[in-house]
Amino acid sequence: MSTAPRTLFAKIWDAHVTATTAAGADLVAIDRVFLHERTGASALKSMAASGRPVIDPARVFAVMDHIVDTRPGRGDQTLMQGGQGFITETRAAALAAGITLFDVTDADQGITHVVSPELGIVLPGCTLVAPDSHTCTQGALGALAWGIGSSEAEHAMATGVLRLMRPKTMRVTFTGTLPKGVTAKDMALTLLARHGAGGGAGHAVEFAGPAVEALDIEARMTLCNMATEFAAMAGFVAPDAKTYAYLAGRRYAPAAFDAPYWADLKTDDGAVFDAEIVIDASEIRPMVTWGTSPEHAVPVGAAVPQGPQRAHDYIGLEPGATMAGTPIDVAFIGSCTNARLSDLRRAADILRGRHIAPSIKTALVVPGSMAVKRAAEGEGLDKVFEAAGFEWRMSGCSLCFFAGGESFPAGSRTISSTNRNFEGRQGPGIRTHIASPEVVAASAVMGAITDPRDLMAEAAQ
Amino acid sequence: MTPFTTLTAVAAPLNPGALADNVDTDAIIPSREMKSTGRTGLAEGLFAPWRYVPTDDGTRLPNPDFVLNLPEYAGARIIAGGHNFGCGSSREHAVWALAEYGIRAVIAPAFAPIFAANCIRNGLLPVVLPRGAVEALAGREVTIDLATQTVTCGDATYGFAIDAEPKEMLLEGLDAIDLTLKSQDSIGAWTAADRAARPWIYL
Ligand code: SF4
Repeated sequence: MSTAPRTLFAKIWDAHVTATTAAGADLVAIDRVFLHERTGASALKSMAASGRPVIDPARVFAVMDHIVDTRPGRGDQTLMQGGQGFITETRAAALAAGITLFDVTDADQGITHVVSPELGIVLPGCTLVAPDSHTCTQGALGALAWGIGSSEAEHAMATGVLRLMRPKTMRVTFTGTLPKGVTAKDMALTLLARHGAGGGAGHAVEFAGPAVEALDIEARMTLCNMATEFAAMAGFVAPDAKTYAYLAGRRYAPAAFDAPYWADLKTDDGAVFDAEIVIDASEIRPMVTWGTSPEHAVPVGAAVPQGPQRAHDYIGLEPGATMAGTPIDVAFIGSCTNARLSDLRRAADILRGRHIAPSIKTALVVPGSMAVKRAAEGEGLDKVFEAAGFEWRMSGCSLCFFAGGESFPAGSRTISSTNRNFEGRQGPGIRTHIASPEVVAASAVMGAITDPRDLMAEAAQ
Repeated sequence: MTPFTTLTAVAAPLNPGALADNVDTDAIIPSREMKSTGRTGLAEGLFAPWRYVPTDDGTRLPNPDFVLNLPEYAGARIIAGGHNFGCGSSREHAVWALAEYGIRAVIAPAFAPIFAANCIRNGLLPVVLPRGAVEALAGREVTIDLATQTVTCGDATYGFAIDAEPKEMLLEGLDAIDLTLKSQDSIGAWTAADRAARPWIYL
């Protein structure tokens, strides 16, 4: 066996190659497939139509998250017209295929990338795919997890493998320490601002360095979540003691992590990456996007730079305008990026004893899973949010994207803890500014984009 | 799957004058245009946010300024776009909508990875060319020859790179699943050995 130093990526990839084709593609074994109702029924129905069974249904999971209603008392009805069909067809297809489904009213329901780690479905060293681009979130657990299309999901379920060209490797090292009030979201947005939304194309990205090691598992998920915004194939963090402590006792996780296998899941000293990026975490500030791509991100205190004219026109902010103080209409805390318990706690810390500005038309908290919701309620966070004027919802993707359900008049400006600020992402004509839950909370209080450290300092006095 | 060999058509630029970077799949097909769990009936929603203008009575009319609505690009079969084309949501509906509309190739300086993989699986060719080349051929008639990996436009010929496996799949119109199922035995053997090595994976 070769003893040359290897990257974590190479270790996981090589261990999963079942064969290599004459044309150079690897047939890579897929350990877990996750589906949701927006794209899952398509894949399962198409498989059934072609008479191909799911070869190992025990390793395929599905959840209803994208278009489910998030209002209390919900059922299969969706605000999106015709959305109910996606739910009922996914349910029927999941049942027929024999896969595990976390249904609308299940205690385990939630957003795919929140539920999978929560239940220990994703594991260090495993390969996990889902027909959802933010599957890379789950790389936070030390897995190789990535988004695919529906045809590839069918392929994985029917054959147990995917035919893949080996990607290149990149390491993004965050040195130093994050300042107070600065989070994993700001790390991701800083990476995008500096290296562009296409910066990771063709690469599997390992996030490393002291500032990454210092992040808790939930924050690592926030960072890995936006690897797809960086055009990376996947983003991941090497598992460590925190990872194994997080997974211990979770439903689908192994009883123990003491096999030598787990200890070797790290990049060897001296291993070479195809590309390296280094960012000093101590330079990072609370970030917010000004435009229509996640790379259009600046520190909250900074001015809008010159970008594509189309982005300025859509968002209604000209170069030179300051982000801080830009009035907003809607505040949203939710999504697979930033709706876990730690996110809600940090937002609640800012909102405690405060109220959203009268100019805010809607303020919404949508927990990432029903388990997160229960845990938050156990700590009384729901009461903090409600007292501050936020609505407290059931779990789902909700306002993270617009499927024809809830939205606002064109031109409305939202501050959102989500990951995409594309034109129309939250509804036709909606102007989305993405930021950390702290920035969302502080901005909701002030009615305008605000650096959360301003309010944190106030609270400390 | 329909094989892709050669194609001669006008390359419709998104957008004329300044190729748009980061064209995302929400723009190619917004979520609200994905009305069923099927793969058809999507062409009408292709580029909906740019292609139509809403009317007061809730219907929509073609946006006369959008490239695919210009007479010279009627029946377009090739799209020319900017950097990081197809970023965002993994929805294969973006590719299904393009294919149903009649698009067989997209030429851009770089593609988002999931979108490019979705193209290959549906017989669409993602052609990567330097930005200058894409700008030079945008709006003009081009001939794409996959076997020789070239795009010809007037006197200019541009070579493009593509991995051997996707090239073969496209040229021959192969179904990936059928192809992989031929390796079932080796996959089965691998799985049996892995089951012993990593029992925790097998639920
Ligand atoms: S929360 Fe948003 S980004 Fe995450 S899976 Fe749902 S729609 Fe996608």
